[in-house]
Amino acid sequence: MQYLLLLHANEAVFSTMTPEQQQQGLAAYMAYNEALTKAGAYVGGNRLRPVSTATTVRIEDGKTQVLDGPYADSKEQLGGYYLIDVPDLDAALAWAARCPGASHGIIEVRPIWGMEDY
Amino acid sequence: MPGSINPVEGDEQAQSAADAVARRSYGKLVAFLAARTHDVAAAEDALSEAFAAALSEWPRNGCPANPEGWLLTVARRKMIDVFRGQNRRQMMSVEIQSIADVLADVPTNAEIPDERLAMMFACAHPALDPGIRAPMILQAVLGLDAARIASAFLTSPAAMGKRLVRSKVKIRQAGIPFRVPSRDELPARLDVVLQAIYAAFSEGWTDPGGADVVRRDLAEEAIYLARLVAELLPQEPEALGLLALVLYAESRRKARRSLAGEFIPLDRQDPALWNTHQIDEAEYVLHRAGKLGSIGRFQLEAALQSAHADRCRTGRPNWPFVIQLYDALFAFAESPVVAINRAVAISQLQGPDAGLAAMPSLDTDSRLAQYQPYWAARAELLARSGAFAQASYTYEIAIGLERDDAVRRFLETRRSALPA
Repeated sequence: MQYLLLLHANEAVFSTMTPEQQQQGLAAYMAYNEALTKAGAYVGGNRLRPVSTATTVRIEDGKTQVLDGPYADSKEQLGGYYLIDVPDLDAALAWAARCPGASHGIIEVRPIWGMEDY
Repeated sequence: MPGSINPVEGDEQAQSAADAVARRSYGKLVAFLAARTHDVAAAEDALSEAFAAALSEWPRNGCPANPEGWLLTVARRKMIDVFRGQNRRQMMSVEIQSIADVLADVPTNAEIPDERLAMMFACAHPALDPGIRAPMILQAVLGLDAARIASAFLTSPAAMGKRLVRSKVKIRQAGIPFRVPSRDELPARLDVVLQAIYAAFSEGWTDPGGADVVRRDLAEEAIYLARLVAELLPQEPEALGLLALVLYAESRRKARRSLAGEFIPLDRQDPALWNTHQIDEAEYVLHRAGKLGSIGRFQLEAALQSAHADRCRTGRPNWPFVIQLYDALFAFAESPVVAINRAVAISQLQGPDAGLAAMPSLDTDSRLAQYQPYWAARAELLARSGAFAQASYTYEIAIGLERDDAVRRFLETRRSALPA
């Protein structure tokens, strides 16, 4: 089954870190990517630019509304994601716990709505 | 000979044969079907149709030699039909075939593998809401319907039904596995299963008079589950600890009410009314758990039950030992319930003021404000220390929080016995 790991964290923290700490943080993610790939669980993943670059779009009464900023304004922001392919939820939760993001934020695990479920 | 059975007798025989298989095999059959499809609801539906088919066919043709296998064959076919029907357009025939194949991987004349434990771990998965885990186990393993579970857990059948459906959907869609966890995860995951069973038992236990059949049965069902887990995991000391704990508690059921329905606290119960078979079994099971060399919450609670019962039976005080057990239990689970009982035990040894000082504080735990045993224990200690006015007020709050009429009357008697 495929699961999306949504990485939520306070993105302001990153900018308060020393360059060494930032380097260490990135290295931890590189190692995590490597481990996911090695295990054959990696499908995709990316780090997102800060919410200050976010734009929301919706259509209301036939008119396109474009707004500056993220959808949800909260203390933690969506900062990245992984798409993984593993046998079951336990395996997905185990990978979520290993993700460096789990130590400095919250990871939401969502099963993907697979083709076979339609 | 099927031909010689008269219709009425045949119906009765079929009914009692179906009842016997239901008791023995219901959970096993649901687990078999659900573990292979991840669909608890579909497994339950298919099985209930199979039981309905049995009740119409067995009276005519006689009970099959292997009723369990018969039911599985029919349920399996129903389930595949449902998958075919539901997914006519969307589901590829390859997938339906693969479900049919996994469902058919055990020949019906062979022993059906017992996957109830794996299903219990799915029902008590940490990804499900804590409050729904016990109801899920009661429904999937024992086949209790939502209305019965709802009345035991004091909620509406509709709300309980909805929550059960939602959890089954989550099990299927989120890919919650039907598996006994690996050794390193087992203790933590098992604890969740044991807690769910204990929650079911406690719901049944809150009606000690047994006036409420639904609740009394629930305690019996929970003991059945505790026994099942202890049998399937005989090397897990906490599984044995839970079984011992519920047996100790159940052994005193008859002694907890007078014939007039009055509430009788432990230290005034007549030990002759205790069920010695259950106590002996509890002692034996707890002893076996102790030999496995890893202490835990349920073993400690069972040991406390044993110590309390022992004191009341022999009349020999054992408060230092009891306090020691509460200390150990508190280290495992810092619950206000444990702290309250510990404080009461301390008061037996060092007087009511020491007991009051050891009571947990409302300031640090606001849940206590609505917890009847906190107020009742506090009132008792205040009365013993001579603070009668405060005791009276505290009893009043305890009475106001109680839902059991007999306990309410007991507290009122205590309150009115206070010197003015």
